[in-house]
Amino acid sequence: MKKVYLDYSATTPVKPEVVEAMLPYFTEYYGNASSIYEVGREAKAAMNVAREEVARLIGAKPSEIFFTAGGTESDNWALKSIAQDLKAKGRGNHLITTKIEHHAILHTCEALEKQGFEVTYLEVDHQGMISLEALEEAIRPETILITVMYVNNEIGTMQPVKAIGEIARARGVLFHTDAVQALGNVAIDVDHDRIDLLSMSAHKIYGPKGIGALYVRQGTRITPFIHGGAQENKRRAGTENIPAIVGFGEAARLAGLHLQAHIEKLTALREKLKDGILSAVPEVVYNGHPTERHPGNVNLCFKYVEGEAMILLLDHLGIAASSGSACTSGSLDPSHVLMAIGLSHEYTNGSLRLSVGDFTSEEDVDYVLEKLPAVILRLREMSPLYEAVQGGRA
Amino acid sequence: MYSEKVMDHFMNPRNVGDIPDASGVGEVGNVSCGDIMKIYLLIDDKEVITDIKFKTFGCGSAIASSSIATVMVKGRTVKEALKLTNQEVLEALGGLPAVKIHCSVLAEQALKAAVLDYANKTGKVFEELEGFDPGDDGHHDHDLVQLEF
Repeated sequence: MKKVYLDYSATTPVKPEVVEAMLPYFTEYYGNASSIYEVGREAKAAMNVAREEVARLIGAKPSEIFFTAGGTESDNWALKSIAQDLKAKGRGNHLITTKIEHHAILHTCEALEKQGFEVTYLEVDHQGMISLEALEEAIRPETILITVMYVNNEIGTMQPVKAIGEIARARGVLFHTDAVQALGNVAIDVDHDRIDLLSMSAHKIYGPKGIGALYVRQGTRITPFIHGGAQENKRRAGTENIPAIVGFGEAARLAGLHLQAHIEKLTALREKLKDGILSAVPEVVYNGHPTERHPGNVNLCFKYVEGEAMILLLDHLGIAASSGSACTSGSLDPSHVLMAIGLSHEYTNGSLRLSVGDFTSEEDVDYVLEKLPAVILRLREMSPLYEAVQGGRA
Repeated sequence: MYSEKVMDHFMNPRNVGDIPDASGVGEVGNVSCGDIMKIYLLIDDKEVITDIKFKTFGCGSAIASSSIATVMVKGRTVKEALKLTNQEVLEALGGLPAVKIHCSVLAEQALKAAVLDYANKTGKVFEELEGFDPGDDGHHDHDLVQLEF
C-alpha cells in the first residue's frame, strides 16, 4: 500500500546525510567533550561546528547558542529563568503571550501564574494574527517578558515578529519567540527581527529528536535551568549529547543551504493540496492566514465529520495526518488554537492538519486528493448532522 | 489504541442508514461534545426489533459502539433490548480507552431514546424506561462515567 506522510509539523524523518554525520560520534569519537584527550577533543570540535551551523541559520553568533533537550526545554528555560530572575531583581512580574501558543509555553505560563506572576494572553483574529495595538496596550511598567510564537504549529500563521521585536525593544521588554515551527521554514534573522531569546528543535528540520537549542542574545542575562557541570558555558549542565548535536548542526546546515528551494517547493505543494481539497469537497473552511503562513501547512475544518474518524480512515489508506478535534486530544477538549480563532464546535470537531515536507511528492498530493473526498463523503453519509442539512428525514 | 473488534466495527460498520417508516427514532449527544448518535427501530406486533439502523457523527469508538449495539439487539424483543448496558457494549468491543467509555454509554442511551419514541407513539409503557431522560445522556460527566469502571 502507498504510504503518504503528511505530518511534518509533528516531526520529520531524519535525512540520510544527517544520520551519516552522526554515526562516527557513537562509536569512533565517543569521548566526553569535557575531556582533553583526543576522542574528547574531536567531540568538542564537532560540537563547535554544529553550534556555528545552528547560529548561522538564525543569524546569531555561536556563543549565543545553548543546546538543550528540545523545544519544550528551551521554552521552559527561557520563561522560568528570565521571569524568576527579573522578578527577584524587582523589575516586575508580568508576562505577555498569546492564546495560541504551544502548550510548552501556555502550561509554563500557568505554572508561573501559580508562583505569583501575572500573564496577559493576547487574543488573535480569525486568521490567527495578534494585534500590535493590543500588544502595545498590554505592556505595563512591570512587564518583563513578551513571548509570541513565530509560526503556529496548528494553523501555520506567522506573526509579525519584527514588529513585535521593535515594540518590545522600544519599551525595554525582553522578547522571546518559540520558533520551533519556523526554523528551516522561514528566513529567520534574530538581529533583523529584534529577538532576544528563541527556542529551536532539531526534529522538525530533519534532525534527531531529543535535541534543541535556546538562542540568548549576547548581554541578556539568563540563569541556568539545569544545574550541574560547567557545560554550555555554565548555562546548561549535563554531558553533551554529541551525536544529536552533530545531527542538529548538519540538519541546520542543510536547511540553510536549501531554504529558498524548500520554501518554494512546499508552498507549491501546499497550494495544490489546499486548492484540490477546496474544489472537491463542499462545506470546508481553510484556517490560518492565506499568505503569512508556514509553507507546508494546510489546516482545514470539514463540517459534519469528526476528526479522529477521518484520521483513522486516512491511516487505513496509508495517509498520516493529524487533527485538533476533541476526540483526538485525549482530553475531550478541542484545540485551543481553533477555539481562539473563533471556530464553533461544528467546525473544530472536523479539524484536519496536513503538513507537507521535503520528501513529499506531487504524486503524494495527487493520492490524497484522490482519496480524501471519498473519506469525507463516507463519514458524512453516516452522520445524522449531514442527513439533517440534506433535507433528509429528521 | 483500539481493539481489533473496535476497528472492525469502525471500518465495516453494520446497520448504517435510516428506516423511512421507523417504529421509533432516538437521538442523543450534542455537537459540543463531539458525538451524536441516532438510532432507528422497526418493531413488529410481537415487540420484536426486526430491523435497526444508525447514523453517528463521532470518533471511531462512537461509530463502533453504535454498530455493535445494533448487532446486539437486532432480533431481540424490546424488553430484552432495554436490558443492554454500556458494560455489555464495552465487553463486546473488547474494551475502549478510558476517555472513550462515554461512547458506549451513548449507544445504550440512543437505543433507549428510540424505544421511548416508540413507547410515546404507541402509548405503551416500559418500566425499564422509568427515569430515563434522553436529554441527559450522562455524556458531560466524563469523569463520573469513567469512575464506574
